[in-house]
Amino acid sequence: MTKPPVLSFTENGIYCAAGDFYIDPWRRVDRALITHGHSDHARWGMGSYLATHGALPVMRHRLGNIVAQGIAYGETRRIGDADVSFHPAGHVPGSAQIRVEVAGEVWVASGDYKTANDGFSDPFTPIKCHHFITESTFGLPVFRWADQASVASEINAWWAACAAAGKTAFLGAYALGKAQRLLTMLDPQIGPILTHTATENTNQVMRDQGIVLPDTRCANADLKPKDHPGAIVLAPPSALGSAWAKKFGPQETAFASGWMAIRGVRRRRAGDRGFIISDHADWDGLLSAIKETEAENIYVTHGYTDVFSRYLKLNGWNAQVVPTQFEGESLDKDATE
Amino acid sequence: MKRFAKLFNTIDQSTKTNVKVAALASYFQDAPDEDRLWTIALFSGRRPKRAVTTTRLREWAADRSGIPLWLFEESYSIVGDLAETIALVLPPNTTQNDQTLSDWIASLRAVYTKDEGTRKAFVLDAWDQLGGAERFIFNKLITGGFRVGVSQKLMTRALARATDKPEAELAHRLMGNWHPDGTTWHALVEAEDASADASRPYPFYLAYGLEDTPQDLGDPDDWRAEWKWDGIRGQLILRDAQYFVWSRGEELMTDRFPELARALDYLPDGTVLDGELLVWPPDQPTPSSFNALQARIGRKTVPKKLLAEAPVILHAYGLLEWQGRDMRDTPFATRRDLLEQACADLPADAPLRLSPQLGFENWGELAALRAGARKAQAEGVMLKRSQSPYLGGRKKGDWWKWKLDPLTIDAVMIYAQSGSGRRANLFTDFTFAVWNGNDLVPFTKAYSGLTDAEFRQITAWVRKNTLERFGPVRKVTPHHVFEIAFEGIQRSARHKSGVALRFPRMLRWRQDKPLQEANTLADLEEILRIYG
Repeated sequence: MTKPPVLSFTENGIYCAAGDFYIDPWRRVDRALITHGHSDHARWGMGSYLATHGALPVMRHRLGNIVAQGIAYGETRRIGDADVSFHPAGHVPGSAQIRVEVAGEVWVASGDYKTANDGFSDPFTPIKCHHFITESTFGLPVFRWADQASVASEINAWWAACAAAGKTAFLGAYALGKAQRLLTMLDPQIGPILTHTATENTNQVMRDQGIVLPDTRCANADLKPKDHPGAIVLAPPSALGSAWAKKFGPQETAFASGWMAIRGVRRRRAGDRGFIISDHADWDGLLSAIKETEAENIYVTHGYTDVFSRYLKLNGWNAQVVPTQFEGESLDKDATE
Repeated sequence: MKRFAKLFNTIDQSTKTNVKVAALASYFQDAPDEDRLWTIALFSGRRPKRAVTTTRLREWAADRSGIPLWLFEESYSIVGDLAETIALVLPPNTTQNDQTLSDWIASLRAVYTKDEGTRKAFVLDAWDQLGGAERFIFNKLITGGFRVGVSQKLMTRALARATDKPEAELAHRLMGNWHPDGTTWHALVEAEDASADASRPYPFYLAYGLEDTPQDLGDPDDWRAEWKWDGIRGQLILRDAQYFVWSRGEELMTDRFPELARALDYLPDGTVLDGELLVWPPDQPTPSSFNALQARIGRKTVPKKLLAEAPVILHAYGLLEWQGRDMRDTPFATRRDLLEQACADLPADAPLRLSPQLGFENWGELAALRAGARKAQAEGVMLKRSQSPYLGGRKKGDWWKWKLDPLTIDAVMIYAQSGSGRRANLFTDFTFAVWNGNDLVPFTKAYSGLTDAEFRQITAWVRKNTLERFGPVRKVTPHHVFEIAFEGIQRSARHKSGVALRFPRMLRWRQDKPLQEANTLADLEEILRIYG
């Protein structure tokens, strides 16, 4: 009898037979190990959850009353016949790659990750393994991110220009992760920073767990926009152009996303400006991450899977595409949350 | 190039017309003559003579970026724009360059005659000196096709603001066969006695679609009606004993329609006609379908056989110039009378015919005529106010097109493919099928008609319901029914289903309709029998 692989790809998600658990399952299962709190990875209805201490508060906030345990980065836990540990993925605060070792064979499911240090999430740590499961949301050589400081100065220059023209600057970004990363990039000297309720709720969860964010003010029904001239407002993309946003009068809107690298998408979705910034690895980041794992077997899950795995195969890796329900970075994620 | 790149970015990043016009007007006021001349040229589809083939550009870009050519091509298919793909895959520039737009164009012209090694060195050097938008613009200078969201209308408005000249005059000046290599800013825009090129066309007057019935247009006596033909809008110019044919897209198509040369035998010099280019053999009661015309448009030189099988005529419906005089200010009714006189003695086999007027006493009668448009191989009817002048561009009020409602069929989506460019991260290109017993037979593709929100919704669904992948194409669970609208239907040996549709698009996502209630191949055959 051949022994089952350490991790296999099933209808419910990524399954470990030795430990009888799933990683980021999309159907209801008894035991779920969760890489991070985004809604396509942390779903409702699992019997029990295991995630990093940093990821749990947001999961509890979003999923309500769940049976969950926390684990520290680097701590090893025995589940059945598998040794499991969580390591920083650099995607959002608390996000993890999950390392699973069974009888000396090591697999890493990396969830979503980025290799560049954003000074906010725990930086990505490469983990040596035999089998590496990677995303490929931006797995094409047209995606190459500029360094964060230069994007920050573009955003601040735009905000300052809006403020000088008497307009409110609306910046669309995910409520979880991207919005808080952007907050750390803003220059509070320019003006007040306001937030949509959904964004502010996540801010509060993060502040409660000890993450330092600049001062923000929730732009709820009580707030009078004219009391805050020169403000920037962080909001989920779907809130841009809404009745709520229109109350602010003259305004410019911008999106912050890796997709803004493509002019066509920028013109379709960006409103007035598009800033190229992503919590996913760019082309170079994906390749360097894969090299550093020293893995020979690569499983490509979401994004430009076909092209990316073909490139890996031609360059000597044993790569294959595996089906997934993860979305990677969608411009419209918040619409379904 | 920095000044032009700044203009380009402002226009490209804004969706607001007044921002674009202001940026263009200020550029037209301040930029050097050569630069502003080239800017008009680039934004109206003109470009420097191609110094490098796109094949070489791709190879050099892939090579310089250290990626295999197939990966470059895959990236291109997703980005949807060659100049942009190249700009994105190349490593960042290492130096800066302060040359102007026209300096760069002059440099391109200087290497045009040089050997390939020199040209390659020049291009690689340019890529290394230009970053971001400047690099993209440089590539566009070579590949052409500056689609930047600046319509001719918008550009003439900005020029009018910068030069204090009337918009209509500027629009006419910018028409036709000029190129920056053969003119100057002064001659094109400012000079009083612009001795116009003989081939220069007039700006086309374009109609808006009538949303409802024509009841609101007032007294039917004030209006004239004619068929709306399903061909290409064209302008036939007879001047200096030569003929010129322009398409509505401002493309000079004279060589593609050699049969129209005979128009010179029947009409005097100094005549310009507005009409529809149609394939219409002399023995047929109605014109051939648009497919027949498509075969002609595709050929720059026409083989004799095709010329005999698919002869093209101009179906004239407007007189713009008569005896060398610009007639556009003359009321439609008067110009129509002149046109009828001019066409009175045309022989039956002339490449020129008069598009008839449709007589009607009231709107009800016109509606009844319109219902028979498909029998006449027309798309509907055109309404023109008798007393209206011939305007330029799309203007509301005097001209209306009243098209037939499209044919429709309810079909099942079975394949999905992601789009490119604007739609790079969405599934937007779908294949549809109808039932044949228990089988689904594919019969058409469609790309347009859904809202962005609907495309996002269907994209999320496709990701979760993929059965099989064939490269970029995904076979999905048959589940969703869409109402497909189309303008015409024909038998086709090239399609599996045996039919080809004209302009298919998604009219509605029928979320209310169960899969089993989609239409059948027999239904499609029935539509073909009636309308094919």
